[in-house]
Amino acid sequence: MPLVFAGVCSHAPGITGRAERADPAQRDTVYAAMERLRLAIEAARPDALVVVAAEHFANFFMNNMPAFAVGMADHYEGPIEDEAWLRIARRRVPGHRALSERLVARLMHEVDVAYAEEWLFDHGIMVPLHFLTPRYDLPVIPANINCQGPPLTPLHRAYTFGRALRHAADEVPERIALVGTGGISHWPATPNSGKINEAWDRDFLDRWTANRREALIAYSDAEIYRDGGQGGFEIRTFIAVAGAAEGSTGEIWCYTPIPIFAVGCTVGVMNLAG
Amino acid sequence: MSLYYVQKLLYQLNRDPELRRRFANDADEVLASYELTPEEREAIRKPDIGLLYVLGVNGQILMHFAAYRGFEWNAYLEAMREGVRRHGPVRAGIYALVEE
Repeated sequence: MPLVFAGVCSHAPGITGRAERADPAQRDTVYAAMERLRLAIEAARPDALVVVAAEHFANFFMNNMPAFAVGMADHYEGPIEDEAWLRIARRRVPGHRALSERLVARLMHEVDVAYAEEWLFDHGIMVPLHFLTPRYDLPVIPANINCQGPPLTPLHRAYTFGRALRHAADEVPERIALVGTGGISHWPATPNSGKINEAWDRDFLDRWTANRREALIAYSDAEIYRDGGQGGFEIRTFIAVAGAAEGSTGEIWCYTPIPIFAVGCTVGVMNLAG
Repeated sequence: MSLYYVQKLLYQLNRDPELRRRFANDADEVLASYELTPEEREAIRKPDIGLLYVLGVNGQILMHFAAYRGFEWNAYLEAMREGVRRHGPVRAGIYALVEE
């Protein structure tokens, strides 16, 4: 059945781990937008939530780095990080192996994906789930795009991966919601943490809401690194969601730069055309 | 220079509680399984977050490692800055300090 929902959000670990160090009004704006996203996902009555993430070495390393990977297990576990540091308790998260298997089989017609029957979640998935499925009662299917270990997955392939996700969702009876999580500009895990290029972010979000493929995939990695930092490489997750929602346009519910969270905290949705 | 194995060990420590237990019991036993220079071994053992940063460890791996080794956020950022002051610019990778 066609995708029932497609959206994006930030996942920076500071959003939970350093909550009290942000301006309370700004933090609450972000939390309210995440809550709005949760309600919108619930209203779409999904059977499963596919999270397109940019993981940070919880599962995949330079010994065998997939351009794309999809989880194929009945349960996952996370976060790998110190629980007190992230302020999210380690837990088991439900998956849906049979559905994953059908999606992966279909995806492979268009994109070479690796599948993984074990998958540990890091903050890149746990922070979104903390807000979006706080009862951990919705099966999650993790997907990953290599945004960390160069050579990185090309942007146009991320868009193609999104298209393939949509085609795969079309062919299964389950109702699938999709959330991409990453970026936008940031210099995380460096002494520059807190640097945010708001102008670059807003220009990227204009391209994303208009869902203009050529504009979304026009960046070189050198340009992204210069203007958006190493965290900017994670725009691949947003681009995949745009690919899944090709033909639709989007809107941004929240864009709030919060330096102690290290990013412009973003929540957006694609208004999926019938 | 074996940055790949430095990162591999830290990646595995970050994700594997059993390896962390072994490392706490006998760091040398774990370190011996990886192709590391004496400088790298010491940087991991201490840990010298600043030197690991300068050696070029991916920031996401180092951030998780620092959290596991008990570095509070500001102390972690300061350790990276101190590393650059002591050892010079980041030598590899995509997490170099940007001069404003």
